[in-house]
Amino acid sequence: MKKEELPQDDCALASMTRELMYVKDKDGKYTTELSKGWEVKVAALDNAWDDIKERAEEARAEVARGEKSPIHYFMELKMMNFTLLSGYTGFWKFTIKRHLKTSVFKSLSEKKLNIYASVFEITVDELKNFKG
Amino acid sequence: MEKEFKHIQAAHCENGVATSLMRYHGVDFMTEPLVFGMGSGIFYLHLPVVTVNNGPAVAYRTMPGWIFSQACKSLGIKVTRAKFSNQKAAKEFLDQKVKEGVPVGCQVGVYNLPYFPPEYRFHFNAHNLIVYGKENDHYLISDPVMESVTTISEADMIKVRFSKGALAPKGHVYFPENVQNVTDQMVKQAIIKGIKRTSVMMLRLPGSIVGTDGINYTSRQILKWRDKLGPRKAGLYLGQIVRMQEEIGTGGGGFRFLYAAFLEQANAFVPNDNLLQISEEFTKSGDLWRESAVQMGRIYKGRINNRQEDFIVCADILEQIAEIEKQAFKKLSKLKLK
Repeated sequence: MKKEELPQDDCALASMTRELMYVKDKDGKYTTELSKGWEVKVAALDNAWDDIKERAEEARAEVARGEKSPIHYFMELKMMNFTLLSGYTGFWKFTIKRHLKTSVFKSLSEKKLNIYASVFEITVDELKNFKG
Repeated sequence: MEKEFKHIQAAHCENGVATSLMRYHGVDFMTEPLVFGMGSGIFYLHLPVVTVNNGPAVAYRTMPGWIFSQACKSLGIKVTRAKFSNQKAAKEFLDQKVKEGVPVGCQVGVYNLPYFPPEYRFHFNAHNLIVYGKENDHYLISDPVMESVTTISEADMIKVRFSKGALAPKGHVYFPENVQNVTDQMVKQAIIKGIKRTSVMMLRLPGSIVGTDGINYTSRQILKWRDKLGPRKAGLYLGQIVRMQEEIGTGGGGFRFLYAAFLEQANAFVPNDNLLQISEEFTKSGDLWRESAVQMGRIYKGRINNRQEDFIVCADILEQIAEIEKQAFKKLSKLKLK
């Protein structure tokens, strides 16, 4: 890539930094240049976020229909999978899967709910009363 | 003797940490491309079956931590590392190093990294930065991908050092110790070793999912995605490839421009005209990776409005790239470098 071809498109990174790229100068030698962003990857990132939002929305609907517990929704919202949530809560994956059942969720102790709520950065009431 | 720490911006975080720390310890000619080449950073891997963030698991570089380890090892620099199960012990260790005035590399998760824009905060645990001081309960941070230095509060530091999930940092800190004089001869040897090791990894590892064969594997997979996953999800998969390849931290073209720059700089230590010519081939490969990103972008920008022909275009470019890189690495592995 030649230095003058380096894209300078608007990007969410602007608030933090421009990024360093390796490009060729006029004499064909490698040098570095700062780039604000590239629309091709901006679109890829936007798409990924749309997908995350769609997943959370699907999860919300499942909770609203009473098929799964609120933990399912907040897990998707925070882009977590069972491995991650297990890491943050200290519960086994198997246990978390059980907690996704509405019947099991209803009988969870205040202590366990507290652990989930703090990982999801919400209050226990918000978690308990989430209806989708 | 107080040495002053200087922030250096790099394309890739681990290269940047390595370059800054080596320079701090007196290896003043060190550059990011040299670290990347000596540490055998360039790679390709496509793991089948596994998905990462609901997309394909592709990597354009070697495992986190490998570049720094290999580069230091071949220059005879000893790296001390520490991981912790206890957050308090991790904090005390870091504070002690800060008090001693030793800049240290630190592995962190970006999900809670306060200065990252929200759009970039994924559960990614292999980011690296340097802690070079502390003022009023805030650590002074040199994050290599940034233009300037920044700070992180004590509480946030604990959070990012103890992020969970794949490659969890567990408070990981590392720093070179007792750095001796690095001679030109050592650099030469390190460059040659880096090139030879990379050639083996790109050409000779068994299986069809690593190295240049892996690029062909991805090419074949792309042809299947639209039928298998539907137009929308197939587009999202391509989007993930583009992000792994072009996002901040890669230097563009899936690290290929960085490698081309390395071969150019290597020529100054190990003069050989072929190096410059092969460097050109990696530039060509990087340009083609960028072109493939443009083509993939056309697909995912249209969401579900795409055709199988569009995927064939992308797959063809990847096949070309695989061939170019295969020939380039074959030439590299045959070079008689002294």
